[in-house]
Amino acid sequence: MPKTIILVLGIGNPGRRDDGLGPHFIDRLRALNLPGVAADANYQLQVEDALSVSRFKRVVFVDAARAIEAPFEMTEIEPLAEFAFTTHSLAPHTVLALSRELYRKTPTAFLLAIRGYDFGLGEGLSGRAERNLEAALGHLAEFIRPGTAATRRKRARPRTRKNL
Amino acid sequence: MAKKITIEPVTRVEGHGKVTLHFDDRGKLIQSRFHVVEFRGFERFVQGRPYWEAPVLVQRLCGICPVSHHLAAAKAMDLVVGADPDSLPPTAEKMRRLMHYGQMLQSHALHFFHLVSPDLLFGVDADPAVRNIVGVALKHKDLAVRGVLLRKFGQEVILATAGKKIHGTGAVPGGINKNLSPQERDSFLKGPAPLNADTMIDWAQGALDFFKSYHKKNKAFIDGFAEFPSNHLSLVRKDGALDFYHGVLRAVDANGHKILDDIDYRDYLRHIAEEVRTWSYMKFPYLKSLGKDKGWYRVGPLARLNTCDFIPSPRAQKEFEEFRAYTSGKPNSMSLHSHWARLVELLHAAEVIKELLLDPDLQGTVLTYRGRKSGEGIGLIEAPRGTLFHHYRVDANDLIAMANLIVSTTNNNEPMNRAVHWVAQNVLSEKPQITEGMLNQVEVAIRAYDPCLSCATHALGAMPLEVSIVDPRGLVLDCRRR
Repeated sequence: MPKTIILVLGIGNPGRRDDGLGPHFIDRLRALNLPGVAADANYQLQVEDALSVSRFKRVVFVDAARAIEAPFEMTEIEPLAEFAFTTHSLAPHTVLALSRELYRKTPTAFLLAIRGYDFGLGEGLSGRAERNLEAALGHLAEFIRPGTAATRRKRARPRTRKNL
Repeated sequence: MAKKITIEPVTRVEGHGKVTLHFDDRGKLIQSRFHVVEFRGFERFVQGRPYWEAPVLVQRLCGICPVSHHLAAAKAMDLVVGADPDSLPPTAEKMRRLMHYGQMLQSHALHFFHLVSPDLLFGVDADPAVRNIVGVALKHKDLAVRGVLLRKFGQEVILATAGKKIHGTGAVPGGINKNLSPQERDSFLKGPAPLNADTMIDWAQGALDFFKSYHKKNKAFIDGFAEFPSNHLSLVRKDGALDFYHGVLRAVDANGHKILDDIDYRDYLRHIAEEVRTWSYMKFPYLKSLGKDKGWYRVGPLARLNTCDFIPSPRAQKEFEEFRAYTSGKPNSMSLHSHWARLVELLHAAEVIKELLLDPDLQGTVLTYRGRKSGEGIGLIEAPRGTLFHHYRVDANDLIAMANLIVSTTNNNEPMNRAVHWVAQNVLSEKPQITEGMLNQVEVAIRAYDPCLSCATHALGAMPLEVSIVDPRGLVLDCRRR
């Protein structure tokens, strides 16, 4: 069995249509049963995710986004402490900052933002979001194939949920 | 120049709050409002769905405390399938309790370590770049690590009892769909270190001691900040004990006199109404017997410790006695004492989790009960932020025909407005310049109630805020966003 070295974390709420792109993505990813990949999903990121990411060499956060070009954008992110008022969730780069300060671990991290369109109450993805998910899944499967990831790293400014 | 301050969020998620402060030409406060700018539509979303889906569906209300909605809906649907609280199998009731107290543990730990400890450690005037959980991690690593692990322990308890992180399915109408295996039980009781119940009790006590030590050195601030009298409402066990999962409804006034004397919560509509105000989508609940102006009340940790007679776990009871003695047995009306009360509850939750784990009923095999069906169900629960009401009517085809939800943050709507008004009046009014530190005190006041606006507005997601300063002509002069 290959060692699990990459964690893929989906974020979002499946009860809010395309906001559930992250968890839906994780469901599809699990079905692929890729070697060396751990997958998890939750409504939002929180402090305990710092402990989770600290245990991996590489982490990919998967989230829905509005203000990006379809079908998806994948960028490398770095630790950055940023907070909203009384929020009960953390941004991916803040989770990385916590991992660095609490556990002295800073995994190489990427944000895979998938374009969503409908964030109203309801189940299931919109048709366009569904197609974007498939494209993003294909990209990630290729990206994490052994020996290919390093060549596909792309530097970018830290992304936040609010500028997605 | 006259001005108005508004606090409003920037986010892709709709559920958000806004604070608007109106000042006259001399900088004197004219009006303050904490309002919500989100249409609530969740009740309609569940209409037409089969009743048995409700405990899973309602978790979509909120990514912050989905377990509360899951259990409140399950309690309501128990009545629909004819399983009143006394007929629920012991395994079902205790598994639900374990799930709920696990949630209390993780939610209260998150609130204290993530949101409150930065204010206490760095001061409310500190730069927001430092006054946050990463700042705590840098300067007080042990405290931050404990916060992370307390939260994680609670999350693991929820996973073991609800079955899933998202849209858990543990509670079903009439019971539960799994028990706790001996392996799961042992993992929580014996490790892996430090993740075990005894450590959680010790760390909860440590957090409480930390707050009390801070309080001793900062009494004037903690006691005086946003202090105002109110009524208090919560569930209590039939014998008056603190109980987060089930009980009767009790309300007391500012002097401790009972307004609601341990009533059956299924009669809530006879006693509680909701007022609509044009400037907010969040309603204003009140006790009918006192009317709109005097009938508003607090819910949540502070209210719970004001309404209950005792706490049924030894270490938390000792702390409760100290808490009540501080106000000579009278209800405590100091907003920042919510943090003290929340930490007493954190300790109680940790103690109850251990007690439940030692109970062999959790390995029982009778998981559900069904009796004579009914067309209506009402479920109440004490969520981390306060009393949560779920009320459903089900038609002859087993479809939900009506849903009414009063969430904890809605119950605290008027108290939060009062707290914001206190800050506007005492900190901001007639000041030549409004600083970032002053504005943060608006947040400190709201934070004491740990609101979840995404939940209260029946939208989903984060809960940011925007503050605006407005002049008498309605012109926005300054706007700060978080």
